[in-house]
Amino acid sequence: MAKVFERPKALADVVTHYCPGCTHGIIHRLVAEAIDELGIVDRTVGVAPVGCAVLAYDYFECDMQEAAHGRAPAVCTGIKRVRPDLIVFSYQGDGDLASIGTAEIVHAAARGENITVIFVNNGIYGMTGGQMAPTTLVGHKTTTSPYGRDAKVQGHPVRISEMLATLEGPAYIERVSVHTPQLVNRAKQAIKRAFANQVEGKGFSLVEVLSTCPTNWGMTPVEALQRVANEMVPYYPLGVFKDIDAEGEDK
Amino acid sequence: MTFEMILAGFGGQGVMLMGQLLAYAGMTEGKHVSWLPSYGPEMRGGTANCTVVVSDRPVGSPLITRPGIVVAMNLPSMDKFEDSIKPGGLLVYNSSLITRSPKRTDIEVVAVPANEIANELGNDRIANMVALGALLGKKPMVEMQSILTALRHALPPHRHHLLPLNEQALDRGRKLVG
Amino acid sequence: MGERILMKGNEAIGEAAIRAGCRHFFGYPITPQNELPEYMARRLPEIGGAMVQAESEIAAINMVYGAAGAGVRVMTSSSSPGISLKQEGLSYIAGAELPCVVVNMVRGGPGLGGIQPAQGDYWQATRGGGHGDYRLIVLAPATIQEMVDTVQDAFDLADKYRNPVMILGDGMLGQMMEPVEFREQTVSSLAEKEWATTGLRNHPGRRNVINSLYLQPDKLEEHNQHLQRKYAEIAANEVRYEEVDVEDADLVVAAYGTTARIVRSAMEEARREGLRVGLIRPITLWPFPVEPFARAAERAHAFLSVEMSAGQMVEDVRLAVNGKKPVYFYGRTGGMVPTPEGVLAKFREILEGKHNG
Ligand SMILES: Cc1ncc(C[n+]2csc(CCOP(=O)(O)OP(=O)(O)O)c2C)c(N)n1
Ligand code: SF4
Ligand SMILES: [Mg+2]
Repeated sequence: MAKVFERPKALADVVTHYCPGCTHGIIHRLVAEAIDELGIVDRTVGVAPVGCAVLAYDYFECDMQEAAHGRAPAVCTGIKRVRPDLIVFSYQGDGDLASIGTAEIVHAAARGENITVIFVNNGIYGMTGGQMAPTTLVGHKTTTSPYGRDAKVQGHPVRISEMLATLEGPAYIERVSVHTPQLVNRAKQAIKRAFANQVEGKGFSLVEVLSTCPTNWGMTPVEALQRVANEMVPYYPLGVFKDIDAEGEDK
Repeated sequence: MTFEMILAGFGGQGVMLMGQLLAYAGMTEGKHVSWLPSYGPEMRGGTANCTVVVSDRPVGSPLITRPGIVVAMNLPSMDKFEDSIKPGGLLVYNSSLITRSPKRTDIEVVAVPANEIANELGNDRIANMVALGALLGKKPMVEMQSILTALRHALPPHRHHLLPLNEQALDRGRKLVG
Repeated sequence: MGERILMKGNEAIGEAAIRAGCRHFFGYPITPQNELPEYMARRLPEIGGAMVQAESEIAAINMVYGAAGAGVRVMTSSSSPGISLKQEGLSYIAGAELPCVVVNMVRGGPGLGGIQPAQGDYWQATRGGGHGDYRLIVLAPATIQEMVDTVQDAFDLADKYRNPVMILGDGMLGQMMEPVEFREQTVSSLAEKEWATTGLRNHPGRRNVINSLYLQPDKLEEHNQHLQRKYAEIAANEVRYEEVDVEDADLVVAAYGTTARIVRSAMEEARREGLRVGLIRPITLWPFPVEPFARAAERAHAFLSVEMSAGQMVEDVRLAVNGKKPVYFYGRTGGMVPTPEGVLAKFREILEGKHNG
């Protein structure tokens, strides 16, 4: 029980570069715990994105590859196809996965690649200083939507989980959040499941995690968590969008 | 005359603004100026700095590795830049936050209790103006009036009620050294 | 005369583009050029234009292709990794002969590299960069004022020759502030874009097609010959450079952009020491100013190329000097910037070496 606060072995004992109150840190811990609990750290290879998580290759205690912006699912495919015995995951932001890397994620999902994708949706480009992301909510001001995102000009935010769930390829897609302790537990289960699926050879699994960016949202960490609850969750509903295990049962 | 300086502190101490005011003031006096910020993720929570050149001749390199002047608003900044100052140069440091004394003996050193003075004036956030006042007291490279013009330009109109306070801070800084 | 204002390089480019008649900008965030699309996002809607943040640099350059083909002045910008992604589009744009302006605020590479200033994209910029035989006109300003003036020039050159123009800066030029003055613009009399896809009602009886496909080899060769004639004309008429103290120089330095400013700081010190050092600063990197180097090679003793790269422009200097005199190189990479002291030490090494030998 005291173990709750212990650092997972798959998480490096270093100070991360994330801003105070940024939930990237929590999500890192959940990924590391999942790897620990499944006992796969010695055969896992992670793929880091270009985004605030670019230095993830220093934070996970497994082998890592750094991909070009948006290309992590293709890099994962390369690794997994030549060494199917490895457990391969990508960790990507919304600019990385849902903008520049849309083609790669759609086709990795469509092929049903047996990989795990952790998709961190904070509705902004954190790393580059707060530009609009494909997931930025309508009305939100960013440095490239200075008058607030206007659906007529900048279009509507993209719901990746729902979109990918229309494909035949994926085995499991769920959207979770980490803005309350209960939800952190739920997110943990989902992430673990996404890795377990790969171990069992079930195929493409993606967990979308709603995340904060207090720095570029111009908010305190607490305000940022409230924004996730009050503004993001209504547009990005939490839940399971695809689950091949459940299919047939409730359909 | 050419003044080459590095102004450094942690993000939020207003060192970027300090540098812009100097550059803007120099420009309004017809001088040649450049302002070069540090940029990128190192700014996040860490130290920020800018390099400013004010000169009566066109500015060559905007990047200065051997500055004549350093203003250090916090300890990491003094640690980083003290050694780079040219012999005979000037170090202005914020003695409210920096408790160690400078090591260099071949430069001029000015300790400014910038946060203490700013607090006395009732606003911690104008510590940068106190330091700027002290710098200009030692090296009057631009007129105080030009700095005030620059401030008027830099502050949005709804902040203009803060101008007198800023002027007081500049003045206190200048008196400290003069 | 306009008033002097203090502006960041990236923002100054945006304002200059607007004043040159650009109303459309397609971009994607990347450090250290973000202030340019951000400036456009604020300003263009105010004047009836638009900044569209594309889903990628590949999309952005193809938006530029479409907009340029539709006959308007259009711009995109990025930094090294993003410029690499634009190469396919640039090849098509050059092939289809579309005018546009592309800004590259170069950062350290290769790969993801870093975000600090560099000049390692010289080869990519001056050799075309994508597939096929083509050229970009490449302009390399050294100050914010020159950058502003260059933007107008870039749009005019693009329209005049129906060719993509690249403005090659670096992280320092993008981020720094200097006073600029937006001069009164002389409206250049450029030909009407009769070739643009503006709809048949605007050019009845003639269908306009924007294309770079020529399946018959003889037709493609003809097209290539036409492009090469155009490039020869550009090379004959549009070379731009600056010479400083070259007349009596024993050592002639080649440097462009911010590096040239660092070299000038070093040169002042060198002259004080009695070292006769001159500078040729290419402003057009393509077409490269061959002639001043060839001329200087008649009397100077040696040449030195100073770059924020592992040695790229030095090859063009060698071609121009054509074996007549030794050509040396000094460079820093990865976002490390040469210092005047380092450059000066190299001057001494070369000139003293000459005296000893
Ligand atoms: C080809 C290319 N284009 C652009 C960039 C600049 N860039 C770095 S991170 C990033 C976006 C980061 O946003 P996101 O993926 O949402 O991650 P976050 O920082 O929000 O976690 C961009 C555009 C790059 N490195 N490479
Ligand atoms: S910029 Fe935003 S996403 Fe990036 S570390 Fe800071 S808070 Fe997190
Ligand atoms: Mg993001």
